[in-house]
Amino acid sequence: MAKPASSLSRSAGALGNWIDQRIPVSSFWKAHISEYYAPKNFNFFYFFGSLALLMLVNQIVTGIFLTMHYKPDAEMAFSSVEYIMRDVEWGWLIRYMHSTGASFFFVVVYLHMFRALMYGSYKSPRELVWILGVLIYLVLMAEAFMGYVLPWGQMSYWGAQVIISLFGAIPVVGDALVEWIRGDFFVSDATLNRFFALHVIALPLALLGLVVLHLAALHEVGSNNPDGIEVKKNKDAQGRPLDGIPFHPYYTVKDIFGVGVFLTLFAFVIFYAPEFGGLFLEPDNFNPADPLVTPEHIVPVWYFTPYYAILRAVPDKLAGVILMGLAIMVLFIVPWLDRSRVKSIRYKGWGSRILLAVFTVTFIRLGMLGMSEGTYIQTLESRFWTFAYFAFFILLPFITKYEKTRPEPERVTK
Amino acid sequence: MMRIFLTISMLWLAMPAWAAGGDNEYIEQSGANVENLASLQRGAATFANYCNSCHSAQYMRYQRLAQDLELTEAQVEEFLIFGDRELTDYMKAAMPGESKDWFGVVPPDLTLTARSRGGDWIYSFLKSFYMTEEGWNNTVLENASMPHVLWELQGIQRPILETWTDDSGEEHTRIAQFELDQPGKLNAREYERTIRDLTAFMIYLAEPAVLKRESLGIWVILFLVVFTFLAYLLYKDYWQDVRK
Repeated sequence: MAKPASSLSRSAGALGNWIDQRIPVSSFWKAHISEYYAPKNFNFFYFFGSLALLMLVNQIVTGIFLTMHYKPDAEMAFSSVEYIMRDVEWGWLIRYMHSTGASFFFVVVYLHMFRALMYGSYKSPRELVWILGVLIYLVLMAEAFMGYVLPWGQMSYWGAQVIISLFGAIPVVGDALVEWIRGDFFVSDATLNRFFALHVIALPLALLGLVVLHLAALHEVGSNNPDGIEVKKNKDAQGRPLDGIPFHPYYTVKDIFGVGVFLTLFAFVIFYAPEFGGLFLEPDNFNPADPLVTPEHIVPVWYFTPYYAILRAVPDKLAGVILMGLAIMVLFIVPWLDRSRVKSIRYKGWGSRILLAVFTVTFIRLGMLGMSEGTYIQTLESRFWTFAYFAFFILLPFITKYEKTRPEPERVTK
Repeated sequence: MMRIFLTISMLWLAMPAWAAGGDNEYIEQSGANVENLASLQRGAATFANYCNSCHSAQYMRYQRLAQDLELTEAQVEEFLIFGDRELTDYMKAAMPGESKDWFGVVPPDLTLTARSRGGDWIYSFLKSFYMTEEGWNNTVLENASMPHVLWELQGIQRPILETWTDDSGEEHTRIAQFELDQPGKLNAREYERTIRDLTAFMIYLAEPAVLKRESLGIWVILFLVVFTFLAYLLYKDYWQDVRK
């Protein structure tokens, strides 16, 4: 029904024009949302990018409210968390959203990374999207580690003690470096206070900056898809990809559905299993930090355990630290290790498929071993899987270069 | 896609199974239920009468207790507060100084014990005191400095030992079961109920939000399910013209 434009909507349009002549709001909206063409064949694994963004927002918003009541002081930190859990209106919900959010963030990020490995999303021209992603992952690990120290429970304290002492394995400067990080001769109030500063300001700022760059790089080259072919190769007369659809409204509505499913699971954990059997909130962290009592088992939170297993698998401390660092750093060169003609696992050979399947099992098994007590048998098994972990990266160039691939389709398939 | 989703959710649900896992053979299930208000009230009384004189619950206010356990302030003042404490005070121990002199250590704060040790641990611990020539001991926490505060209720247990041989042929002795040497005021079932109530109370004490959390959660999840369903319809509607 055509109605004459009211004076209100006319002045709204005028205001829009006025703004647009001064700051590029509508062209930005077009370029990145309403006329950003994404392949139409995204599957289940393509939900996790937007979900990671959702978790980032969740962590920032709940985090802001937590800082209003939390005290970054060795004497008061533990009791201020209990104060939030008991006396702050809805404090328990905000805290559980934050603590559960941290674990869900990692679940999402791991699935997001797995998707990239599966469909070759790191391959040319998306190497920088991948590298920026690995940087986000690194900063996220630092962010999560420092966040876990803040409640100042036994695991916070001794976890910090163990992780910081790893830097002591570095020859010559090790001890000085450890002292510099702690700001004291042992993990203390100074350490807690600086970790708070890094956790609430420095690292979130870095994280946001990297996320912006990650998205900028993605939007420059366009999204990959499960077929691993470039949708920009087939365009219509107007220059729009034939297999592409505008991000808005198609993927905004689809992602809202994904968000609904995800939040349902998220709510289930928050309301019915916030400790998640000791995986998200460890039992020993309900004891206040005590520098005089070392817990029997110092185990990091689950998302660090694959690397912790690698660290413990090596008898020599320095070698263990190097290997653990290498295990993460090797991710940066994955785009150049994969030498396949095709991107997606759909058109790669059986060698690549088996390799990725074994790597997935390896990562999960290492994670489980990293949570274990570290008996002799478990250490032996950790060595086996550590070997398997690195074997993936060593074999990747050879298998992807020499295996027989299937021809990629011209257009995306369903 | 559905299959992948199901596999992932199955993996997720399986996670706590191998994360938890008791390491003490004497731990048994408490059967405590925090949703049973009468049980929480009885547990609170036991806690106030037997635990709170030596152990603090330093993060818990009496007032909060009154609200959550649906007790009047007069009831709390009459039955749960001893000494010159106010309703708005935290549940600090009545005589921590004396207990340090008697037992050599300051009795630990009990606010969060149910979260650090677990409800089953508390229940089993309170069931497992036994008397030897040297005094009280406990199978769940060996050589605990705490005497059996509830002995009047449970009575005095003595251990019945058994020997067993390990894989390398070495012989060990262990406590197979207890025998009631001197009966208490309560029979075994009544005593179990008492410590089950106490356990339920301590689970609540460790996380007062547990009551609200569990009752609210179902509504949040219902809302999200409806939201997700509507979002799904919207998604299907928009996508009708794609993939033809």
